[in-house]
Amino acid sequence: MSGQIPLLIVGRLAIAAVTLLIISFAVFAAAQMLPGDVAEILLGQAATPQAVADLRAAMDLDSPALLRYANWLAGLATGDFGMSYVNRMPVAELISGRLANTLLLAATTTLIAVPVALLLGITTAMNQGSLYDRVITTGIISVISVPEFMIATLAVLIFAVWLKWLPALSLANEIHGLGDLLRVFAMPVITLSFVISAQMIRMTRAAVIETLKMPFIEMAVLKGASRGRIVLRHALPNAIGPIANAVALSLSYLLGGVIIVETIFNYPGVAKLMVDAVSTRDLPLIQSCAMLFCFGFLILTTCADVIAILANPRLRT
Amino acid sequence: MTNQIRGTSRFGLRMNAVGIAALLIMLFWAIMALIGPMLAPHPPGDIIDFDYFGPISAELWLGSDYLGRDIFSRILLGARYTVGISLGAVCIACFSGVVLGMTAAAIGGWFDSALSRFLDALNSIPSKLFGLVVVAAVGSSIPVLVILLAVIYTPGAYRFARALSVNANAMDYIAVARARGERTLYIIVQEILPNITGPVLADLGLRFVFIVLLLSGLSFLGLGVQPPEADWGSLVRENLGGLPFAAPAVIAPCFAIASLTISVNLLIDNLPVRIRDRS
Repeated sequence: MSGQIPLLIVGRLAIAAVTLLIISFAVFAAAQMLPGDVAEILLGQAATPQAVADLRAAMDLDSPALLRYANWLAGLATGDFGMSYVNRMPVAELISGRLANTLLLAATTTLIAVPVALLLGITTAMNQGSLYDRVITTGIISVISVPEFMIATLAVLIFAVWLKWLPALSLANEIHGLGDLLRVFAMPVITLSFVISAQMIRMTRAAVIETLKMPFIEMAVLKGASRGRIVLRHALPNAIGPIANAVALSLSYLLGGVIIVETIFNYPGVAKLMVDAVSTRDLPLIQSCAMLFCFGFLILTTCADVIAILANPRLRT
Repeated sequence: MTNQIRGTSRFGLRMNAVGIAALLIMLFWAIMALIGPMLAPHPPGDIIDFDYFGPISAELWLGSDYLGRDIFSRILLGARYTVGISLGAVCIACFSGVVLGMTAAAIGGWFDSALSRFLDALNSIPSKLFGLVVVAAVGSSIPVLVILLAVIYTPGAYRFARALSVNANAMDYIAVARARGERTLYIIVQEILPNITGPVLADLGLRFVFIVLLLSGLSFLGLGVQPPEADWGSLVRENLGGLPFAAPAVIAPCFAIASLTISVNLLIDNLPVRIRDRS
């Protein structure tokens, strides 16, 4: 029965591919809802009938929507994201400059948040019901039920206004050396870490508690193993799958957080680019950014599912 | 939400203190959404303080905003937008989610699989991104926001209601009803619906919290409720300039959102088990 795992994984990847296709259709369809004629809006004052007709021809607006969807999809697949409506630059060029910044922010946050969240999740599960557990759990519920911008606002108030450790709103153009870079970087990373570690602690804690209820843990208790040994040697290896699943799922919360955090701290990343593009209604840029984010999101959720499949020993035999 | 309130008074004796406190805060904001502007100490749109980002004082209970308007009055007015839009959206989302979910469970077969696959795909678009793309395309107005938020949260409500209905559908009384030759509509309305009502109402509360958070997030990005109208998210955005001075105008609307969302969460956590998870 060793064929079961590859089959399940291939099935999961196929679902991801279909999902991506449906998402791309939804994103394309949303852009078609723009009221009015795109060519007229772009030309503004200069919208003579001739100019509108020329632009429509140049933008291929007269062909049927389904054909334009196919062309757009083919373009995406080959890395041709189209031209920005606003400044006539290739979208790929606009995004590539910003993508590294966003990835750097995400990577730093991951490096900080994951170890801290795992440590807190496992220790709270070990001391379930203690004061420490209750304080952390209450904190998590508060973080989860408030908007991301409130966490950012409070972080600014605490670290910049009252403690005066960090600049209030980061300005990327005032960087002189590593010290400034760290100071500019600190606030967005702190905020994002709070947002994603709350989910991660909660899910890790639930996974470990679930494992601690298993019969083999009772067996370990009965044979007289110490609590540390029970958790580290017996519970954790069996909870690795759910925990890795929880980490991948929580990382997908980075996306929602990054949009707010880049806006509030003026961080030059892709999310800020996209929010700015919404105010200028630069649809090709918005579509490309949306597809990029959905792609990242899908990779993380698919990873979470694949890990869950791989970690299930019952499928391995 | 009225259903929940009715439900808790019926089971009132078994609620603990935290649940009652949460319920009272929710009731407070519900009343403010209805009559808040009438109780406001100052007209929300009038500039009454010559100083901007003024501090808390006897005259201005929560200070003044970036134009010198009374922020307390503006929060009372904002309750109407935040609570009203979210409530409208959550009702539409849960209604369509539950109807579709029960139908899918009762009919089953390809209808069920196709609908589930499609809604799962919609669900895998991050909600803020979905909001950004739609607002970019059609612009932002209150009806658009209500429908947008409802569409974003329908797949989740569907998934939840379908899972419950599939469980209920496996019960003996459903098999009996089918054997009696009842029609699908009868089975959905008379047999499945009464057995999933409690958990669905709890789910409605949770989804309400998500919607309040998303609406505030969109408004904070300047894509939600548009000036001159302002919900709590827009109030934070408007007054963000006061952050370096720790102005109460930035912090107060944040706490208004937090008090609403945390109390809804706490109320659901402290609901009597009988309503919360009967399945």
